[in-house]
Amino acid sequence: MLNDADRIFTNIYGWGDAGLKGAKARGDWDKTAKLLALGHDEIIERMKASGLRGRGGAGFPTGLKWSFMPKEVKDRPHYLVVNADESEPGTCKDRDIIRHEPHKLLEGCVIAGFAMRAHAAYIYIRGEFVNEARRLQAEINEAYDAGLLGKDAAKSGWAFDIYLHRGAGAYICGEETALLESLEGRKGQPRLKPPFPAGVGLYGCPTTVNNVESIAVAPTILRRGADWFAGLGKENNTGTKLFCISGHVNNPCNVEEEMGIPLRELLEKHAGGVRGGWDNLLAVIPGGSSTPLMPKDVCADITMDFDALRNAGTGLGTAGIIVMDKSTDVVKAISRLSYFYKHESCGQCTPCREGTGWMWRMMERLVRGEAESHEIDTLEQVTRQIEGHTICALGDAAAWPIQGLIKHFRPEIERRIAARHAVDAVNAAE
Amino acid sequence: MPKLTVNDVEVEVEDGSTVLHACEAAGVEIPRFCYHDRLSIAGNCRMCLVDMERAPKPIASCAMPAGDGMVIRTDTDRVKKAREGVMEFLLINHPLDCPICDQGGECDLQDQAMGYGLDGSRFSENKRAVDNKHMGPLISTVMTRCIHCTRCVRFATEVAGVPELGAIGRGESMEITTYLEKTLASELSANVIDLCPVGALTSRPYAFAARPWELNKVETIDVMDALGSNIRVDARGAQVMRVLPRLNEDINEEWISDKTRYAIDGLRRQRLDKPYARGRDGRLHPVSWDEALKSLATALRKAKPNAIGAIAGNQADAESLYALKSLMTRLGSPNLDCRQDGAKIGGNRAGYLFNSTIAGIDDADAVLIIGSNPRIEAAVLNARIRRNWLSSRMPVAVVGPKVDLTYDADFLGQDPAILDTLADGTHKFAAKLKKAKRPMIIIGMGALARADGAAMLGKARQIAESYGVVTKEWNGFNVLHNAAARVGGLDLGFVPSRGGMDIAAMGKAAKAGKLDLLWLLGADEIDFEPFASSFVVYQGHHGDSGAHHADLVLPGAAYTEKDGIYVNTEGRVQYATRAAFPPGDAREDWTIIRAVSGAVGKSIGFDTLAELREALCADHPHFADADAIAPAKWASFGGRAKLSAEPIRQAFDNFYMTCAISRASETMAECVRASSADHGAAVAAE
Amino acid sequence: MPLLDLAQRQHENWIPMKAIELIAAKLDMAEIRVLEVATFYTMFNLKPVGKYFLQACTTTPCWLRGSDEMMRAIKDRYQISSGQTSACGRFSLLEVECLGACVNAPILQVNDDFYEDLDYQSTGALLCSLETDAPLAVGSVLGRSGSEPTTGATTLAAGKPGKAATGATKKRSQANA
Repeated sequence: MLNDADRIFTNIYGWGDAGLKGAKARGDWDKTAKLLALGHDEIIERMKASGLRGRGGAGFPTGLKWSFMPKEVKDRPHYLVVNADESEPGTCKDRDIIRHEPHKLLEGCVIAGFAMRAHAAYIYIRGEFVNEARRLQAEINEAYDAGLLGKDAAKSGWAFDIYLHRGAGAYICGEETALLESLEGRKGQPRLKPPFPAGVGLYGCPTTVNNVESIAVAPTILRRGADWFAGLGKENNTGTKLFCISGHVNNPCNVEEEMGIPLRELLEKHAGGVRGGWDNLLAVIPGGSSTPLMPKDVCADITMDFDALRNAGTGLGTAGIIVMDKSTDVVKAISRLSYFYKHESCGQCTPCREGTGWMWRMMERLVRGEAESHEIDTLEQVTRQIEGHTICALGDAAAWPIQGLIKHFRPEIERRIAARHAVDAVNAAE
Repeated sequence: MPKLTVNDVEVEVEDGSTVLHACEAAGVEIPRFCYHDRLSIAGNCRMCLVDMERAPKPIASCAMPAGDGMVIRTDTDRVKKAREGVMEFLLINHPLDCPICDQGGECDLQDQAMGYGLDGSRFSENKRAVDNKHMGPLISTVMTRCIHCTRCVRFATEVAGVPELGAIGRGESMEITTYLEKTLASELSANVIDLCPVGALTSRPYAFAARPWELNKVETIDVMDALGSNIRVDARGAQVMRVLPRLNEDINEEWISDKTRYAIDGLRRQRLDKPYARGRDGRLHPVSWDEALKSLATALRKAKPNAIGAIAGNQADAESLYALKSLMTRLGSPNLDCRQDGAKIGGNRAGYLFNSTIAGIDDADAVLIIGSNPRIEAAVLNARIRRNWLSSRMPVAVVGPKVDLTYDADFLGQDPAILDTLADGTHKFAAKLKKAKRPMIIIGMGALARADGAAMLGKARQIAESYGVVTKEWNGFNVLHNAAARVGGLDLGFVPSRGGMDIAAMGKAAKAGKLDLLWLLGADEIDFEPFASSFVVYQGHHGDSGAHHADLVLPGAAYTEKDGIYVNTEGRVQYATRAAFPPGDAREDWTIIRAVSGAVGKSIGFDTLAELREALCADHPHFADADAIAPAKWASFGGRAKLSAEPIRQAFDNFYMTCAISRASETMAECVRASSADHGAAVAAE
Repeated sequence: MPLLDLAQRQHENWIPMKAIELIAAKLDMAEIRVLEVATFYTMFNLKPVGKYFLQACTTTPCWLRGSDEMMRAIKDRYQISSGQTSACGRFSLLEVECLGACVNAPILQVNDDFYEDLDYQSTGALLCSLETDAPLAVGSVLGRSGSEPTTGATTLAAGKPGKAATGATKKRSQANA
């Protein structure tokens, strides 16, 4: 288990003062100017060396992403955009960073922004986080008052502004280009790529969009050294990570742990174990709702990192772990996710707009067994028809949970269909 | 110029092309719904997916820029599966109402389903139903059929410049609508019907009228404005059922105005289908052609040659203009005019053409509009100005009333004195003209059809010459006409010959009792009051004001009912083709004039259309070059008199009703009602 | 979007068409563009809602933790289901998608505030407090300050204030043992 001393988010539970004073006491904003003095490219190099992979779900190396920004500012300014539209079911880590560790995020913005030669960051926070947005704005104001933001941010000589923008209820705005559309005041419909945001992003300017957690860990990584971060976790899956454990565990909680921690250890050490004991486990969704679920036998010795989970046919995603015990109607649980994706589809492109609704309706019938068994194959084919054919990844995200369900729980679905047919036959006979 | 390989065929395409263009260049057809050449790229239908080497998933070819060395395959199993998948998704919620859908037979979804559709449906849920939306008198909606390609939204926003269509809601509840279902306030609105790949937006006036395969399709030329938009007229028997745009990159691209498309129901109403003569009771009575010709011959013989006048209307074909001019010459009358509105133009050709050509608008980098509202006078041309403005934000200024042109313009005012300050360089906008490399002046009938029109024209020429509007490579001096017949008439010299009277002089003479006979060739838009005591002959196709004031009515053919030559505002000669026959006893116009010449014993020298055209082209060689523009040489024109203080006005206000046909059209009347109703509601709300 | 939010806050938590037109005029935008945005985002109410707008998360993580019970508590009290307003007109219910506080599931958002860790009884207590316009303290009804384990900290125990710290230590030692 990770040592407290190696934890980045030492106030994640909000037990201490989240304000500037408390944050400084925890080491935030400590000689930020000195970190910036490393220079734009050195910061990026060190971030690359740390091995940090994006914490928003896709796991793209953060340093590499920053390096895609043009090395020179030409006629268009550069922007950093922070994705705080935390909406992936099972995920609630960014909320806690904003509530309890806001200065890690703000300092991270200055450092990341400086590294990519941006003088402004936009933080896009989901609309439902009203109080969190208020809190964050208050902290931004405080940072301005303390000279940590503004014309001479943290006395580094680098001008840096942070703007907070609230969403208004749309999961799709967590997709980076939809987020940019939304920031610009339009419907959050993803853009076509190419062009990529690093070339043409916010208001047509070079932009990098990063998850809250990716930005918030950057100052600590630089302070304690890339080697320290790279020394934690596993190769290619370095550092620590906030895990959100929800569902059927005794003590649902968020916890920062080392990458690559075994799932079972994570659940048992921190979340009080599966409700009713490990043997009562049915399945786990390891990385937020869009990652395919894993049945118990896979859970037994899986480790929580990008590569191990990918090899298991699922993904680390946002590390939003949803635990389901044996009392769970697993078909309904996935069907509810299908409804979620149908509800959140932006409607722009055909496969997602039409397919998410179709999948959900089929899933609802499968919950009740009102289907023919060949329709399971139809459903599986429909998920394949959506996957990879849409503008953004929401289509994939909607397809994967169902694929996972069919892969691991096909007998359960078939059982329901058979049961239903039996009931129908009896009714018909009467 | 990137080189790509498409299905093993190497192609080279222009910079800025997409993979879809490259595939087309390689002769591979790519199915698509949302993509349209003239609209921004949406990439939302996902039908055009292709495989690209090294790409993990298929790419949308419409949106992917063509890159050097790309290897594209469109014939893989994966591509076929992807397209079949998309097709299935499009069809699951699309109603199976093809038999009652007007799009049937020309539906992209139907056509492409033949290629990519499965033979049965695997969709056993309920289909989605969407409420229909009101979009005005022209567009009929069945929104359940909508496949959300957003072509209509993009057209309204980008081309028409009226951002009134949108997609509200999201996901599968997304619906296309106007704000609170208001009428789409655009002169180009019905183009969305052509753009709609399915039957969601169909033609309301044409609803359930015909199937495409039972129509006789004729490619011809529009006469509702002076652009000469290329159109296709679809007729069933004698009835013109609909008008569709035909591609002509130099004129209308693939758009037409709502009037061009929908005034045609006016062709069925108030038609003159037999000759009429005014009886002793003061009313018009039907007469035979024989009687009509005889009475006209008698009147012509009785009249003094210089007391005979002829005025041509706005839609006259060149052949009848030429025939009538020939007859007037034979009769010895010099009194001809094809400028109903009294516009002071004629003579030097550069002084009455849209010299830059319509396509030349794309190259302009500053525009000064004088006395014209191109949005209603030439809606399709206006969209071109808008497109240039959209991409270049070029400065546009207007001397005339303040109106919404769909792009930003400086309204300098209506005072003609502004032109003096522009000419002498003291006006602010003069600097912008000076700075421009290809400045353009568009002068319209609002400035030219007035007593000081000649001075206006001269002043505009002076401005043009002061700011490099006319150079060796560029002639941005443009007259924007409203009348399809005008340039042809001027080219043919249908203006007073030596010692002759123009329309104003004819009026004066008539009042003084010195105009015995006035021949109106489809002229309905003049002031008839001065001609009360003259013997008025009206030759035309509608019982409009010309016929009402006539003593003798000769029923002619409308533009869809005769072969004819028209010259558009840029001087382009175009040949129109007959799509239907004129009703009843009505005849093609040049034959009527030929018949009168016979009756009066003044031969005009031709008996067939071919002979007429031969003679016409011998006199005016450029008429022989169909689709070509004979460039005009720059020379002095216009007057030097002082401009009056009269404010510069618009030539007309009502887009929908500008000719006998559109005035007879119920559809146009409905459009007028709808636009004034929405306007009224807006006023009431304020 | 900020203007739509402002309009909603100034107008009893919903946006009338007049406001959309006003915003369009202010921003020099087409009305349809504003309407598109207003209908795209779920947080904009285009119809009136009660004084207390109950947004109940029923997405899978909340559902696993008993959001059905929370819904039942609301239904039993006001006989309303999603999209309806109570007879008294003060409570409107909407089933919403994941509110992003899954570790503290199930969640009921009342206007701007999150109430967490609800069950049938605590939901009832919450509603009761709203009826008297003396709402409970915002946050977890179990008294969690964040998303730490209910039984005490397994990490960072040193930072934990007050009396609970001992419990946390105990728990931790058990876990270690």
